[in-house]
Amino acid sequence: MMTEATVQQTASKPDLNAPLAVEVNDLTVAYRSKPVLWDVDLNVPTGVLMAILGPNGAGKTTLLKSLLGLIPPAAGKVQILGQPYAKVQKRVGYVPQRGSVDWDFPTTVLDVVTMGVYGKIGWFKRPGKADRTAAMGALARVGMENFATRQISQLSGGQQQRVFLARALLQDADIYFMDEPFQGVDATTERAIIAILQEIKDAGKTVIVVHHDLQTVEEYFDWALLLNVRAIASGPVGEVFTGELLRQSYGGKISFIEDMQRYRLGEDAAALQSSARDLPPWESWGGGEG
Amino acid sequence: MDIAYLEILIVAILVTTASVIPGVFLVLRRTAMLSDAISHSVLFGIVIAFLVVQDLSHPALIVGAAATGILTVALVEMLNRTGKVHGDTAIGLVFPLLFSLAVIMISRYAGNVHLDTDAVLSGELAFVPFDRLLLGGLDLGPRSAWLLGGMLLLNLLFVLVFYKELKVSTFDPELAEAQGFRPKTMHYALMTLVSLTVVAAFQTVGSLLVIALLIVPAATSYLLTDRLSWMLVIGVVAGVLSAVFGFAGAIQLDLSISGSIVVAGGILFLLALVIAPRRGLLSTLRLRRKQRSDFAGNLLAVHLLNHQGTEKGTETCQSDRLAASLNWEPDYAQLACRNLQARRLIEKDDGVITLTEKGAEVARATMML
Repeated sequence: MMTEATVQQTASKPDLNAPLAVEVNDLTVAYRSKPVLWDVDLNVPTGVLMAILGPNGAGKTTLLKSLLGLIPPAAGKVQILGQPYAKVQKRVGYVPQRGSVDWDFPTTVLDVVTMGVYGKIGWFKRPGKADRTAAMGALARVGMENFATRQISQLSGGQQQRVFLARALLQDADIYFMDEPFQGVDATTERAIIAILQEIKDAGKTVIVVHHDLQTVEEYFDWALLLNVRAIASGPVGEVFTGELLRQSYGGKISFIEDMQRYRLGEDAAALQSSARDLPPWESWGGGEG
Repeated sequence: MDIAYLEILIVAILVTTASVIPGVFLVLRRTAMLSDAISHSVLFGIVIAFLVVQDLSHPALIVGAAATGILTVALVEMLNRTGKVHGDTAIGLVFPLLFSLAVIMISRYAGNVHLDTDAVLSGELAFVPFDRLLLGGLDLGPRSAWLLGGMLLLNLLFVLVFYKELKVSTFDPELAEAQGFRPKTMHYALMTLVSLTVVAAFQTVGSLLVIALLIVPAATSYLLTDRLSWMLVIGVVAGVLSAVFGFAGAIQLDLSISGSIVVAGGILFLLALVIAPRRGLLSTLRLRRKQRSDFAGNLLAVHLLNHQGTEKGTETCQSDRLAASLNWEPDYAQLACRNLQARRLIEKDDGVITLTEKGAEVARATMML
């Protein structure tokens, strides 16, 4: 069941002896010879809940997709759980952006969640009763069991995101990649989702999330990557989430960063709120496309 | 019924049902117009194949047509990937080119053969009984019945075998790709089937009307159901119905059979558009009315709750005061009152209305939103 308790930073430390969850060497990705990721190096240990942060156009989604082999790199090498993606595909769960699918598609909530096991059962075979029971279990975990037979177009944005999360849970993966799971969802859903992500992490799994909201980074995540075409820094949130590094990543938006620092010093929490809202390029501070 | 009529009807049913199966996926992928492109450009492959084998009934024509269909899809996607043209423009660039090349080649090299553009574009179901499949002197029935029956079987088989893969790669291509299902291969396989279906159908209904057979029953079915499996089933039923009604209409009124099948399909679509249970116009209208009425009711409930116990809390539905204090038109105030009464959220005592307990709850819930 869904818990809405306040999210606490758990003390569980990443396992530094296990193979790296993600190892990226010199990754360059280009669209029509225009590089969107330059020479990215990244090591993510197993068992962390990591945020990929960066301004618009920083290549966050591109990085996520090239980790999953959805975009071929121009150069560089990616390994997931110590192996090429194709080999560990069944151990990887992927939650695309909510807006990437057609929610008018004629299908039910349960059916969408059941798609989570398609990769495991492979070609030709159909999902069976056990798979649907498992799908119901995943729906229950995100608090959506009463919506199983609903047509998916009748869901709110937050409910859609929960369905996507349930689908990923059903994959029972060792590493999860999520693209903006908090985009345009209500506060309750955001709490519910982050609580589940914490549970996954506490089970020793790795969760990598493209994230927008700098205000919640320290509360939600224990690991972070600052990205702006290049990888500016990655590591424990405490080491990476500093004014200097943020300034490097977010470039000209200095006033915001300064507010952020003041905020961190406890001087003026409200200033952060207000200046954040004044930043037009920020995609989704509040409502998003909901 | 005359055996020839029966044969025509059977072929009509085969061609509509064979078309609707890939058509469902075209509609869901919002690539309906690709079928338009394919149905025109296949002529190019047919002409090339004909010039090589010099035989209009040679199977190479089908292969050539299918290959051009795939070529069309590949060219459209290549153009789109350049980023220089957007959306449907690529479709509009590719198929007229291939089609016009085909027209030029027909007029230059095949002018004296029965491969005129008219026949390709319109086709004629009425000629079905004249083209027999003979095997060692044995009459096996109209050739097109076998061709389209085979096409129907192939399409059915494809969807049954790859149902799960088609579903996930249509709904969420990225997930399908991440799961190793090769949605691009599925896409091209589907487009191959669309091309083959178009070729199989064009001799009987013509390459223009086959677009309607691919799209119209599928679009009708889309309005009527919320499940992919039912969309396929209802699509097939809609296809059969349009074949039967269209055929009957054509015989009664002495019209082009393929033309009236498409018209019958169009009428079925219009019916579905109006009366479909959830996606139809009537139910949308009804839903909007209900939402408007509920909204008005909720507003009034909140107003009553906020002013409970004060003078304003004891409104009467008739009074102009209600309309005045909320700055509402009297009609809208009446609508709100009637809505609350129907939902039993207010009680009327000597014309004075008060919220019931349930009404107060609804008002509180409204304010929570």
